[in-house]
Amino acid sequence: MIWKCEKLFYTLYYKVLFMGEINQNPGEIVKDIKQLMERSSRFISLSGLSGIAAGICALAGVLVAYIMLDDIGGRTNYRVYYRLPLSEDTLTLKLLGLAAATFALAFISAFYLTWRKAKKNNLPVWDHTSRRLFWNMIIPMVAGGLFMLGMLQYGEWRFVAPCSLVFYGLALVNASKYTLTEIRYLGYCDIALGLINMQFIGYGLYFWAAGFGVLHIIYGAIMWQKYERKS
Amino acid sequence: MKNPINGLNKIFESRIRLGVMSILMVNEEINFNDLKQMLEVTDGNLATHLVNLEENGFIKVHKGFIGRKTNTTYSITKPGEKAFNDHIIALEHMIKGMK
Repeated sequence: MIWKCEKLFYTLYYKVLFMGEINQNPGEIVKDIKQLMERSSRFISLSGLSGIAAGICALAGVLVAYIMLDDIGGRTNYRVYYRLPLSEDTLTLKLLGLAAATFALAFISAFYLTWRKAKKNNLPVWDHTSRRLFWNMIIPMVAGGLFMLGMLQYGEWRFVAPCSLVFYGLALVNASKYTLTEIRYLGYCDIALGLINMQFIGYGLYFWAAGFGVLHIIYGAIMWQKYERKS
Repeated sequence: MKNPINGLNKIFESRIRLGVMSILMVNEEINFNDLKQMLEVTDGNLATHLVNLEENGFIKVHKGFIGRKTNTTYSITKPGEKAFNDHIIALEHMIKGMK
């Protein structure tokens, strides 16, 4: 009986001591506050592997487009591909379908890898941080997409590649406020590539491969190395 | 020198209340469920702490609806921001003092 009492006493004593420690260590408290602020204002589960997967999808898409263009006679022919109204232009329609499929595949694989990372770290995937990231990313992208469809409607295909890079870059810069800030640099690079592409009209596929493929893979690898490799 | 512990706010001794304030400092507006999810607390527990913060004038409560479901959101007030900043400064003084 006495032994039991003693045990109870010690348990209570340690509980009080432990709580006291939590309350009194200001370093720990400040660290907790910072972590909570970070976690509540930014979506931090974005996985580097998502970037790599999206990059691989983009490269595959570009490769298929390259082969499709090869079929119509000469790899460079798309540079002089003449203007046709969208409804009669089956090649552009096919390429649009390919672009949509590539985007969907990239998005799904990126989403899956991010979902996996969030689950591993026991963080929610769909909370107010990811919602905010989603909306801030989707607005410039949808605007850009509709803008480019409008250009195709008038048979103007030449600026589609530079435009897509610029709009995507702007979307990333905008999104960087709501997720890991490093994505901002990927955005800057895509904007720069898009603007350079303006001076090299007709080489859109190469710029796409660089902007959506290579840059994504580099970014993803750096982020994975920085945030995920250890854990 | 002024005793740094003077700047510490009694209200923020609770980790949940301090957590709520930390989240509200960086989010313009946030609803009850998101707060609950991030702080990993029960409904009742969180509600009690929120009432306490509201009574002290540190947070504002907005009652709204999404369809028929209630959607209560919270935001920080000017006095709340000041009290929180003072508390952080006091904590940082303590850290410096300990080194």
